[in-house]
Amino acid sequence: MSETLAPADEAGVSAAVAAAAAAGEPLAIEGRGTKRGLLRPVQAARTLSLRRLSGITLYRPQELILSALAGTPVPEIEAALAERGQQVIAEPPVLAAIFGGSEPPTLGGLVATNLSGPRRITAGAMRDHVMGIRAVNGLGEVFRSGGRVLKNVTGLDLCKLLTGAHGTLGVITEVTLKVLPAAERSGTLAVTVPDLATGVRALSAGLGSPYGVSGAALLPGEAPRAVLRIEEFAESVAYRLGRLREALGRFGDVALIEDAGSRELWRGIREAEPLGADAEDAVWRVSVEPTAGPGVVAAAGLPRALLDWGGGLVWLAGPATAESHRRVMAAARAAGGSFTLFRAPEPLRAALPVLPEEGPVLAGLRDRIRTVMDPRGILNPGRMYAG
Amino acid sequence: MIDLPAPKPDVMARRDEILAGLQAVLPGDGIIVEPARVKPYETDGLSAYRQPPLAVALPRTTEEVAAILAFCHRNGVRVVPRGAGTSLSGGALPLADSVVLGLMRMNRILEVDYANRLAVVEAGVTNLGITNHVAADGFFYAPDPSSQLACMIGGNVNMNSGGAHCLKYGVTANNLLGLKGVTIEGEVFEVGGRHLDAAGYDWLGLLTGSEGQLAVITEVTVRILHAAEGQRAMLAAFRANEVAGQAVDAIIASGIIPVALEFMDRPAIHACEAFAGAGYPLDAEAMLIIEVEGSTEEQDMLLGRLKEICERFDPISLKVAETAEQSLAIWKGRKGAFGAVGRISPDYLCMDGTIPTGQLPFVLKRIGEMSASYGLQVANIFHAGDGNLHPLIMFDANDPKSFHDAEQFGADILTLCVEVGGCLTGEHGVGVEKRDLMTVQFTPFELDQMRALKTAFDPEWLLNPAKVFPLKDNPGLRQAA
Ligand SMILES: Cc1cc2nc3c(=O)[nH]c(=O)nc-3n(C[C@H](O)[C@H](O)[C@H](O)COP(=O)(O)OP(=O)(O)OC[C@H]3O[C@@H](n4cnc5c(N)ncnc54)[C@H](O)[C@@H]3O)c2cc1C
Repeated sequence: MSETLAPADEAGVSAAVAAAAAAGEPLAIEGRGTKRGLLRPVQAARTLSLRRLSGITLYRPQELILSALAGTPVPEIEAALAERGQQVIAEPPVLAAIFGGSEPPTLGGLVATNLSGPRRITAGAMRDHVMGIRAVNGLGEVFRSGGRVLKNVTGLDLCKLLTGAHGTLGVITEVTLKVLPAAERSGTLAVTVPDLATGVRALSAGLGSPYGVSGAALLPGEAPRAVLRIEEFAESVAYRLGRLREALGRFGDVALIEDAGSRELWRGIREAEPLGADAEDAVWRVSVEPTAGPGVVAAAGLPRALLDWGGGLVWLAGPATAESHRRVMAAARAAGGSFTLFRAPEPLRAALPVLPEEGPVLAGLRDRIRTVMDPRGILNPGRMYAG
Repeated sequence: MIDLPAPKPDVMARRDEILAGLQAVLPGDGIIVEPARVKPYETDGLSAYRQPPLAVALPRTTEEVAAILAFCHRNGVRVVPRGAGTSLSGGALPLADSVVLGLMRMNRILEVDYANRLAVVEAGVTNLGITNHVAADGFFYAPDPSSQLACMIGGNVNMNSGGAHCLKYGVTANNLLGLKGVTIEGEVFEVGGRHLDAAGYDWLGLLTGSEGQLAVITEVTVRILHAAEGQRAMLAAFRANEVAGQAVDAIIASGIIPVALEFMDRPAIHACEAFAGAGYPLDAEAMLIIEVEGSTEEQDMLLGRLKEICERFDPISLKVAETAEQSLAIWKGRKGAFGAVGRISPDYLCMDGTIPTGQLPFVLKRIGEMSASYGLQVANIFHAGDGNLHPLIMFDANDPKSFHDAEQFGADILTLCVEVGGCLTGEHGVGVEKRDLMTVQFTPFELDQMRALKTAFDPEWLLNPAKVFPLKDNPGLRQAA
């Protein structure tokens, strides 16, 4: 186990990074380490933990704005929002079923990994709701981007650049999120379909309707089920599910899942529980255009799959081998999409491209941008790409 | 006139050679050099600033864009990308030694895919052109800037434009899937695709709102949505800005996020009413237009709740539209706001800051005081849900002092926006207009880091230079000169 630095504030983070930069010593950056198993292992003698930078620093429910330090546990934020009837819009997952552990994820880790749940399909990803960020670059210099208002196009959008950069461009110390009221009621229709392709057609019909479907997943199995969610005021949920039911009947038998059942179903989907990954399995997340989802499942030929985002997010699980990975990469590439090796034993993660290669133009830009943000190459080196 | 960097002497000296070279790259009608035909490109929506460029290039394909950029890069020629030229911040203002690269001939809709809810379009397709193309099938492209009849998707991407309905549907950045672009070296690349959340750095997010600083965008893959069953508006007028602000807070606290929540102050109400005769209450200090969506019953339910909330704040006037026609009547004045202000004063500056919504009463009070001390009228239109404030400052362009005062007044307002926790621009971009105010919002280091990111894309600072970043002590431009 490597040595862990856990500064108490942003100045401490800045000093720790500056010292590491001066010494040319890489740092593994983490919140509480719940996603340590994601992507490639970082070779670093020291870990910089943000866990002590914790707490909500600003919450203005009427302005739909919440700021918190990067190490704040996400459940703490969700609880504060729930007290005022609000929520994190992108419905981010915890993924304890996949990564194990009992620690809560932190806000900074959530933003650095840009993980979003089922509501992403209509309400946007984490990256869409990061309104402001404070961070420390690879020389220990503090910078901000965005702010604490909902509309801001001043300067380059480094909030988006850092979101999903897995800590390789800066150490996030504080985040401001746009938040929204949580819906009064949830309701779901489950359509039993003959095959996955029909299931995606049912999801497309729902997502292409005027009813504001806020979740659209496909649970594989002998009798696959396409599930479509409405979250609204109670009157609207009843009305919209009624209209959707008429539109979906042609795809298969339709069953209604009411409020509590609907919430529980989508909690599970958000956590990828229906995937049923074995403890030994590797897990992939593939993103493609929705109609290509069933083809990816077939081409990958792995034993377990779950589709969300209208069919466009394909969770796959199967033997943790280079051969499985090759098939997933080929399937994602053939569908013009993107993949992430989400969980795998460390030797496999270290040996394989865990993300798609980018073309030479983007690879060149990536190097130049890393040189701007982290000239000594000490922030999570190797986490996203080898070398 | 705003300061622009001195033309590069080598480029000016080789003018004829460069023009001939451009014509060889784009033979036929692709290069415009005659002064009379260049003239329409000398300014944009911020027409107080004008500067004819060296030439205008109007490519029809990504390959032609790449060829022009490669040529300009080889010859050290500055390039100003341009869509429809509706920028209100001077983002498309040419430089004397620049080639304006106009995307308007790339105006084809390449593909519409309803099952995947996306459209692939060239950069010169207009914003409304996308919606018009899919409207018969019930779909639309959500971001709807007031300029949507003219402005182009490539311009929208580069400005990250918003619209009246972005409280519900988000701004441009939230409605994109992929881009095709060309670097200043003339290399073609693609980011994102037809899927959500491509793994890797968020190139799509970085390029969106980059104001032509990083690359030229030639193709855009946008998300399209099915329109709601219907929409209807209501109007609520109050005795004081504070009271209208409290009503907005109460609406958001109730859990209702209307699709639009527009605020007008007294001068804006009066200007719009005189112009459009929409029946706005002239005794009100502040007025809200609130729009909801859904089936007729859902609209009734939401408008009923909103009416109840507004009634708690002792409104002077409360009108809930019963029909689509009544709804249009409520919007009529607001939609004509620019024309209305234009009738009072032929010249006005449209400012664009964002403030925390709770600061609205204070900010309006301060703007009122500034208006008195500058002796210039101002009308305020405010996207109340998201804090985006548009003060329209009226001045007389024939009087240099009046213009100078208007600019100074605008700068004071934007500085105030930053002081109360907001920002310089919510949707119109920095352009040339606000570039020298960037030091109000950002530290020198933050600006340096952003400049270094631009340099990573454009090492010689040839792409739309003299915009976004303060001109003074700009290392990128010194290097280029
Ligand atoms: C009456 C009026 C109302 C408006 N209302 C709104 C509103 O409601 N909301 C809003 O957000 N804005 C509004 N605007 C501002 C303006 O319309 C937007 O900024 C719009 O997106 C500009 O699009 P354009 O095609 O005209 O781009 P241009 O003005 O031509 O260019 C804008 C910027 O983008 C760059 N650019 C353009 N195309 C490309 C490309 N393909 N590749 C790289 N760089 C490029 C240019 O260099 C420039 O910096 C309004 C303007 C007017 C005149």
